[in-house]
Amino acid sequence: MTDTTSELGTGVPRREGRDKVTGAARYAAEFAPPGRLYAWPVPAIVAAGSVRSVDAAAALALPGVVDVLTARNTAPRAPADDPTLNVLQDDDVPHRGWFVALVVAETLEAARAGAQAVRVHYDTRPHDVTLTRDHRERYVPEEANGGHPAVRERGDAPGAFDAAPIRVDAAYDVPPLHNHPMEPHAATASWEDGHLTVHDSSQGSTAVRAALAQIFGLAEDRITVTSAHVGGGFGSKGTPRPHVVLAALAARHTGRPVTLALPRRDLPAAVGHRAPTLHRVRLGADPDGILLSVEHTALTHTSRIKEFVEQAAVPARVMYGSPHSSTVHEVVPLDVASPSWMRAPGEAPGMYALESAMDELAERTGLDPVELRVLNDPADEPDSGRPFSSRHLVECLREGARRFGWEERDPRPGVRRDGPRLTGTGVAAATYPVLVSPCRATATALPGGDYLVRVNATDIGTGARTVLGQIAADALGAPGDRVRVEIGDSDLPPAPLAGGSSGTASWGWAVHEACATLAGRLAGDPELPPEGLTAEADTAEAVEAGSPYARHAFGAHFAEVSVDTDTGEVRVVRAYGHFAAGRILNARTARSQFLGGMVMGIGMALTEQSTLDPAFGGFAERDLAAYHVPVSADIPAPPAIEAGWLDEADPHLNPVGGKGIGEIGIVGMAAAVGNAAHHATGVRFRSLPLTPDKVRAALAGVV
Amino acid sequence: MRTFTYVRAADAAEAARAHGGRDGSRYLAGGTNLVDLMKQGVETPDTLVDITRLPLDTVAEEADGALRIGALVRNSDLAAHPAVRVRHPAVSEALLAGASGQLRNAATTGGNLLQRTRCVYFQDLSMPCNKREPGTGCAAREGVHRDHAVLGHSPACVATHPSDLAVALAAADAEVQTTGPAGERVIPVAEFHRLPGELPERDTVLEPGEIITAVRLPAPLDGTRSTYRKVRDRASYAFALVSVAAQLTQRGDGAAEQVRIAFGGLAPRPWRARRAETELTGQALTEERVTAALDAELAAAEPLRDNVFKIGLARDLARTVLLGLTRP
Repeated sequence: MTDTTSELGTGVPRREGRDKVTGAARYAAEFAPPGRLYAWPVPAIVAAGSVRSVDAAAALALPGVVDVLTARNTAPRAPADDPTLNVLQDDDVPHRGWFVALVVAETLEAARAGAQAVRVHYDTRPHDVTLTRDHRERYVPEEANGGHPAVRERGDAPGAFDAAPIRVDAAYDVPPLHNHPMEPHAATASWEDGHLTVHDSSQGSTAVRAALAQIFGLAEDRITVTSAHVGGGFGSKGTPRPHVVLAALAARHTGRPVTLALPRRDLPAAVGHRAPTLHRVRLGADPDGILLSVEHTALTHTSRIKEFVEQAAVPARVMYGSPHSSTVHEVVPLDVASPSWMRAPGEAPGMYALESAMDELAERTGLDPVELRVLNDPADEPDSGRPFSSRHLVECLREGARRFGWEERDPRPGVRRDGPRLTGTGVAAATYPVLVSPCRATATALPGGDYLVRVNATDIGTGARTVLGQIAADALGAPGDRVRVEIGDSDLPPAPLAGGSSGTASWGWAVHEACATLAGRLAGDPELPPEGLTAEADTAEAVEAGSPYARHAFGAHFAEVSVDTDTGEVRVVRAYGHFAAGRILNARTARSQFLGGMVMGIGMALTEQSTLDPAFGGFAERDLAAYHVPVSADIPAPPAIEAGWLDEADPHLNPVGGKGIGEIGIVGMAAAVGNAAHHATGVRFRSLPLTPDKVRAALAGVV
Repeated sequence: MRTFTYVRAADAAEAARAHGGRDGSRYLAGGTNLVDLMKQGVETPDTLVDITRLPLDTVAEEADGALRIGALVRNSDLAAHPAVRVRHPAVSEALLAGASGQLRNAATTGGNLLQRTRCVYFQDLSMPCNKREPGTGCAAREGVHRDHAVLGHSPACVATHPSDLAVALAAADAEVQTTGPAGERVIPVAEFHRLPGELPERDTVLEPGEIITAVRLPAPLDGTRSTYRKVRDRASYAFALVSVAAQLTQRGDGAAEQVRIAFGGLAPRPWRARRAETELTGQALTEERVTAALDAELAAAEPLRDNVFKIGLARDLARTVLLGLTRP
């Protein structure tokens, strides 16, 4: 072992960066086993109903088309726990875009032409895709996503609200949103001697292997799933998605390897989306701004086949102290695609509503929005009464305000005019829970002086491979370039997904333990056997022991916007985020994740929306021309947009000390932008995104 | 796989022969729209006539100062052309407001005018669409139509034409020069695109096999100022909710000697606001007068359920643009 200065925390460049920019890094659809076929899905074109018959004759007659798979001609599989994976299992069409057939062909072009030639006949039933506040089918579920109770009540929130001297009662809404990672969902599957190998674009191949084992009735050791490189997921690849089941099914059905890369236009209906949320927030406060009552009700939709409830009222259980509180989730099952995780599910839409309402309360009480939040910063977690392992929201607000230049702010709205343009600034807080899952890892000292770390982590573009190398090098006291990192393969020690901002904490914990154990064994400089000396770690027991602390990351977002009062165009001029997320392990990749989250939050605030087609079902905007993720011109260039963090040492997390950073960057951004738009204009905007039509309507008082 | 015949033509005559005026023939230039539509199955040509080798890729200045822009001049080249930038800033700005850098490098002047609507139902084979498949109905009328037309539409079709360039050309009184089975002809840009009426499948007045050879951009009067302003859902790479091209020549006393206004995003073609132009010509452009003229122009609008906002947006945008042109 060599004594080195630890690289942990420094901006070590991505290990695979060169491979990615030179094209050497291979993604799921780029594996080409001999004899590979291509698949193309056939989505249902009715809003709801069932398949009466499939006429594949014209498709099968096309040159190159090998087969057309349907529920009628494929061998039965075991039903999956996740109903969205039960494709081609029966005739039900729960929503427009549900896959009803799969064409397999010698070329991609032939598969696409074949899919266009398949004729499916349907029996339709009346459909309803429209979420309304008074929908007669709405109900209160038992739980929201993440296992959170749907309802939490403390005290008498409505009574306290009615009695409060200062009251804010506001409704906010967030439309359906799509993850749209740059790499579409793709898989290449092949069967050889009873062993199924799948290269999948996934956020966690251990779970993909488990699902395939269940569906195809195989032992897990007969399945290998790799996800060496993944071009983004944002939650939409967090669990297995239909494409991987279809690729494996088609490969078994045809006896040849099959690649299925979902067409962009099929993603919205097939891989999950952020469900729309209709919020009502009621805040009661005394004249000094001290909260007396917090109420947040979040109404959302789910599909007819799966209950997924965006946990948008959960952050109100964490954020601010108040003697009375009520947080409630309601959901309406509709003839829509199944919603799922999208970056900071719950927190992103929920904090938009709560932090917009806090801004309204600041205005009502005449308090500075930063000071209002400081005043209501609780000592313990309001919902549970547990102490925070660390919080530091106040420090984020104060330091963020200092760096953003908040102190010079004139609080009056609507007074900074330059021709038709008004400018303003806004702030919002952010929070995201510290999640961690059991993980296993091994560390091996090799005779040549190198180390090998093995864990089935997934690098979805975040820099996980690099950071795990840093963690290992730090624990081993070795230089980073002597540590090899193997991830992205289900034959490696099993690991949880890259999601919930939990990957680095979960994997890093196991890697740290394995490396620390190995370092201990190497202390006496023992003779290494030829295969090296290996130490194993399994964090299940330590993780499942839980914590007496409430553990969350916090942050503060600041934005300056310009609003064109003629056209309704809103532009972000400046944005800053300051975060308390435990120990930051790689300054370079962490900054990228924070900024990426902020960019996505600007998209949520200003440009992104999906529309459920009331007449025909399904989402209307299904490509990147119609679904408006922000482009470069929408985002100010650094340093006008920047992220920073405080050095937070929290001893109650895990040996690595990180809280997770993948999601908190998005959480407060939309509210900060909306609050800035109010400061600019003096008008409240309560419906995202702030597109020209909505902004003009609000400015005209026609909301 | 769907097969088609590919012909690379050396000149207009060969292109016309290969095309033959047949339903299944398409001219291929930049391909930025046609190839996408072929991938989606919206366009299924049996013959593609590649015209990119035709000698139509230069901008020439005529004796009267007009610019003759070859049909194959790329959007990025035209936007950067010094004479266009100086004399026709609205045209340059419109081009730069469209698509992305990569697309502008491939897309051509003629092809830009001939691009199809981006109505989501037109692009989706599973949906009714009279423009794509006559007689199947118009899905947008009851479906999602926030981006659709408020002027010039018909019961059969409510799509807009997506071109930015065409709007600026319409305001500049530009003309499309064509050659076809009936010989050569000249069509004002403002009359080049059809209103849908009962035949929404026909976007333009071109006859089968007729080919655009050039766009003629007349020299503006001395002292003319022009600009293009586009409002959309994001700052770049999005089609217009509403756009306006305006061109103004003022007399010494400040009154408008000549004023031309064209809207994009409102109609199946660039919408020349001739009524507003007439009301403003010879007048000093005050805020009240401009507003009244634009309101008169837009009084004919018939919005759909979810695009009423376009009318007020068009008025306020055009007012700001016109008043901006009156100030040095």
